[in-house]
Amino acid sequence: MMSHILSIIIFLPLLAALAILVTSGSEETRATTARWVAIGATTVDFALALILWANFDGASSAFQFQEQYAWLGNGISYHLGVDGISILFIVLTGGLMPFCILASWESIKARVAEYMIAFLVLETLMMGVFAALDLFLFYVFFEGGLIPMFLIIGVWGGKRRVYASFKFFLYTMLGSLLMLLAMLAMYFYAGTSDIVTLLNTAHFPVAMQSFLWFGFLASFAVKLPMWPVHTWLPDAHVEAPTAGSVILAGILLKMGGYGFLRFSLPMFASASLHFAPLIFTLSVMAIIYTSLVALVQEDMKKLIAYTSIAHMGFVTMGIFALTQQGVEGGIFQMLSHGVVSGALFLCVGVVYDRMHTREIAFYGGIVSRMPWYAAVFMLFTMGNVGLPGTSGFVGEITSMTGAYGVSTWTALFAATGVILSAVYALTLYRRVVFGELVNPKLMAITDLEMREVYIFAPLLIGTVWLGLQPGAVFNITQTSVDHLVSAYHAALGG
Amino acid sequence: MLYAALVFLPIIASAIAGLFGRFIGARACELLTTVALFVSCALSIYAFYDVAILGHAVIVPLWSWIDSGDFSADWTIRVDTLTAVMLVVVTGVSSLVHLYSIGYMHDDPGRPRFFSYLSFFTFAMLMLVTANNFLQVFFGWEGVGLASYLLIGFWYKRPSANEAALKAFVVNRVGDFGFALGIFAIFYVFKTLDFNAVFTAAPAMAGKTFLFGSWHVDILNTICFLLFIGAMGKSAQLGLHTWLPDAMEGPTPVSALIHAATMVTAGVFLVCRCSPLYEHAPTALAFVTFIGATTAFMAASIGLFQNDIKRVIAYSTCSQLGYMFAAAGVSAYGAAMFHLFTHAFFKALLFLAAGSVITAMHHEQDMRKMGGLARAIPFTWAMMLIGNLALTGVGIPILGIGTAGFYSKDSIINATFLAGTPMGTYAFVLTLLAALMTSFYSWRQFLMTFHGRYRGGEGHHGHGHGIKLEDVHEPALTILIPLGVLAVGALIAGGLFAHYYIGVDASGFWRGAVAVAYGHGGAAELPIWVELAPLVLTIVGFAVAYYYYILHPDLPAKMAARGGMLYTFLYNKWYFDELYAFLVVRPAMRFGRLLWKVGDGLIIDGLGPDGVAARVLDATRGAVRLQSGYVYHYAFAMLIGVVALATYFVVAGGLP
Repeated sequence: MMSHILSIIIFLPLLAALAILVTSGSEETRATTARWVAIGATTVDFALALILWANFDGASSAFQFQEQYAWLGNGISYHLGVDGISILFIVLTGGLMPFCILASWESIKARVAEYMIAFLVLETLMMGVFAALDLFLFYVFFEGGLIPMFLIIGVWGGKRRVYASFKFFLYTMLGSLLMLLAMLAMYFYAGTSDIVTLLNTAHFPVAMQSFLWFGFLASFAVKLPMWPVHTWLPDAHVEAPTAGSVILAGILLKMGGYGFLRFSLPMFASASLHFAPLIFTLSVMAIIYTSLVALVQEDMKKLIAYTSIAHMGFVTMGIFALTQQGVEGGIFQMLSHGVVSGALFLCVGVVYDRMHTREIAFYGGIVSRMPWYAAVFMLFTMGNVGLPGTSGFVGEITSMTGAYGVSTWTALFAATGVILSAVYALTLYRRVVFGELVNPKLMAITDLEMREVYIFAPLLIGTVWLGLQPGAVFNITQTSVDHLVSAYHAALGG
Repeated sequence: MLYAALVFLPIIASAIAGLFGRFIGARACELLTTVALFVSCALSIYAFYDVAILGHAVIVPLWSWIDSGDFSADWTIRVDTLTAVMLVVVTGVSSLVHLYSIGYMHDDPGRPRFFSYLSFFTFAMLMLVTANNFLQVFFGWEGVGLASYLLIGFWYKRPSANEAALKAFVVNRVGDFGFALGIFAIFYVFKTLDFNAVFTAAPAMAGKTFLFGSWHVDILNTICFLLFIGAMGKSAQLGLHTWLPDAMEGPTPVSALIHAATMVTAGVFLVCRCSPLYEHAPTALAFVTFIGATTAFMAASIGLFQNDIKRVIAYSTCSQLGYMFAAAGVSAYGAAMFHLFTHAFFKALLFLAAGSVITAMHHEQDMRKMGGLARAIPFTWAMMLIGNLALTGVGIPILGIGTAGFYSKDSIINATFLAGTPMGTYAFVLTLLAALMTSFYSWRQFLMTFHGRYRGGEGHHGHGHGIKLEDVHEPALTILIPLGVLAVGALIAGGLFAHYYIGVDASGFWRGAVAVAYGHGGAAELPIWVELAPLVLTIVGFAVAYYYYILHPDLPAKMAARGGMLYTFLYNKWYFDELYAFLVVRPAMRFGRLLWKVGDGLIIDGLGPDGVAARVLDATRGAVRLQSGYVYHYAFAMLIGVVALATYFVVAGGLP
């Protein structure tokens, strides 16, 4: 089984989706079947991802669990494999999916079967992105992910779902187009689209690197998103159903950061070095600009969406610092953000399911009705603020440490995010949770139910565990990042 | 094992109280956390004896934490004399405050939460003081910040409490911004965050420069300056002090523990801990003294005319912390730590005594509604008297006998005089003036509360819920016992320990835990007027207070009504809050709104997606009916897309 485990992980959800597709019966029975099939498939997939992790050799920087079959010929093959960077995202994807299904258990009432199908297809595509070792295979998975997400927002979204889904589609599509052009250019230059071969042997001329680098940047910057191509994200988040937001923040954004690590840095080292100051500037802009914008938001989800952009600023800053700490910190920050932001969106979902509004001013004082919810929300708020002991701290401090040695200014400005995050996160918390409960509609609001406790408990443990024992992650990434950083410097020297 | 128990008992108790409080009941939570703290305190006293007196300093590694390349930090318990002093202070005051809170909070429904927070705070503080690297200090540092935030906002229904909690957290974060940058710089320069490694390498870095931003600056001065910004936030020093008075919104036991005796002294601890760095950073040291002395003066001046019994003590705390920094800045770390130690006793005593007054007065805090309480609550009166004697440093200079503050505060004033530098002289003058004002506001507070005519019972401007003097009684025993214990400390701690901290036994006591570089504290070289000055000023302060508040009690109200410029300036706390609101808070909000509406909305979206989307939407409105379409259609479209892509690649792949 281990030799095909990646394919199994990728296609198991798709099989489950097909199974749901062919079930017949009343709307009601199909919905029930779909829910149970989806939770079953995603849980098994998560278990498989954990098995993968357990069998992964952290001491090696090579790609492991490789599978390669002829696909389109001419140097284009179905090639899979994971290293210490991509395996984390596979585990993260596997880990978040069951929670998404659980979070949608009751809140999705229309077209449940189709909804579950969309999520399962999405999981297949996301797993594929992180396991693909061929440019075009990567592209198919990367682009394919757009469609289910587009549908999730467009069909099950809120009032302005059409606007949001088109904005999402337009931005991402435009970026991907430029990336596809770059990929084609690479393919025609090197004669292969195999990522491993490209990593080991291809050296693109410096002039060409800049062009390719920007092609990839267009796609990844939109995905991440980086300032100033971020404006699709708040709209997408606000309109998406809760689970859609979780996946968006937890996984889809991370594809951008992952892309930088997989392509931009190792393949276009000169360009990366040359344009690092640009990335630093955009990162700092993202951190300060979006934090300030977050301060004045009136919609809970929009606020958290803006904070996501700020947190991604730390990721790009760390990654392009191209030091051990910077890159590891950036990766850790992505992972941490996946858990913490995902959980925060779920927190919003909890009160939204009960009150059907996300307006901050509607709430206030709910701690007296929902003490457990208040405690859970507080912990994830602290993760968002980057309090030591939570995963958020490790990501921020490590990436800033990495950036400091490369650009003091960048670290200096980024560190102001430490102050701003406290302001926006705690202001949100105070307005929603603390204070006197005055809105009569809130009198009947109920605390977390068991299903929600099951969702939050593992995320809570994850946040604190990663905060106290980040070694579990660093041990996995260390060798691969070390390899990445030294190969980068070797490429610059050679 | 012993040390692990010392540190982790409070967090275990906290977790149980927090998670299972509603099942085991409030009484069980109180007992559990309080007993855990007293055990912790007993262990701390043993640790103090073993480490500070017998000299068995230890470093106990626990397990690893962050490990990314060279950037690594482990969980460690480091106990040297400096830590041992802090252990005694933290667990000593904390256990007494736990006990006190059983009485003080007895009718509050949120007791499990309260005790859970208190114990959590103690744990974070213990992590801070036992750290062996900068990152663990930062962990504890932010942990106590969280605890402080939660406890200030404990009465979460009050808007003012929520505002104060938020303010405390944010202002502290401003300091942490500096602290974090300091940590980055330390790692960048030393490639390690371990205390011993950094301190050993420090002398070699003296005078060297590095690039910070785009300036060539002195390495150690910069690092020490950045660390001190962190200390300023936590210890409420000039500019970053504005959160501390507002923090009085929290329950009074919290004020005593966190905002007087322990957390706010973390900044002083940090500077003393980093004394091997500061010793090679003369500019940063001068800055520390400047800020410390100025804060001592500023806070004392604001304290002169406050009417809230807790706020007077809060400004007093701010001012006394300034004294400690002033001492640290002239390299008198021993004196700084000594004052930290004695201050913990008498300031906790003052706060808890104030809490006793507030309880007796049924939650009245305005001193203008008190007066003549001495007969009603004589024990509290005696406690407050002892606290004030210690704070104002009353003693007999010729014999060298006195209350706690007499030893520690005077040793600071002496140290600034002996420093012989311009900054030392500046500090000497300001701390002397502050001593005068300290005496005035302390005795003013004491006289307004306990003496003269009782001014309560008249109702708030006719609202009619004033308290009759007959209804003012001494509170419960759990409140009075901690007061007694602290009072003993406030009386004798100075005389008992002076020779260790600053006297003949200092080097054998500290054993290098702080750099006692210039051998301060030798009283012999002091001119007699310097030795006598603090006491004289204290007596003058008392006399003025007595004149205005006992002999002519109608004068202050008249002066307040007339509202001279200086009075208005001081009464409004030097206008710091207004200045920040004007310069920072409101512009930030306005700027955020501008970026959102104009930056994101008009410019980015207007030029980008909205323009394009409008066209696309027009074109596709007929074709794509998202609101009512079937999902199968999209799934089908998706399939087509994938097939189309694959076909494209086959064609493309066919090309060379």
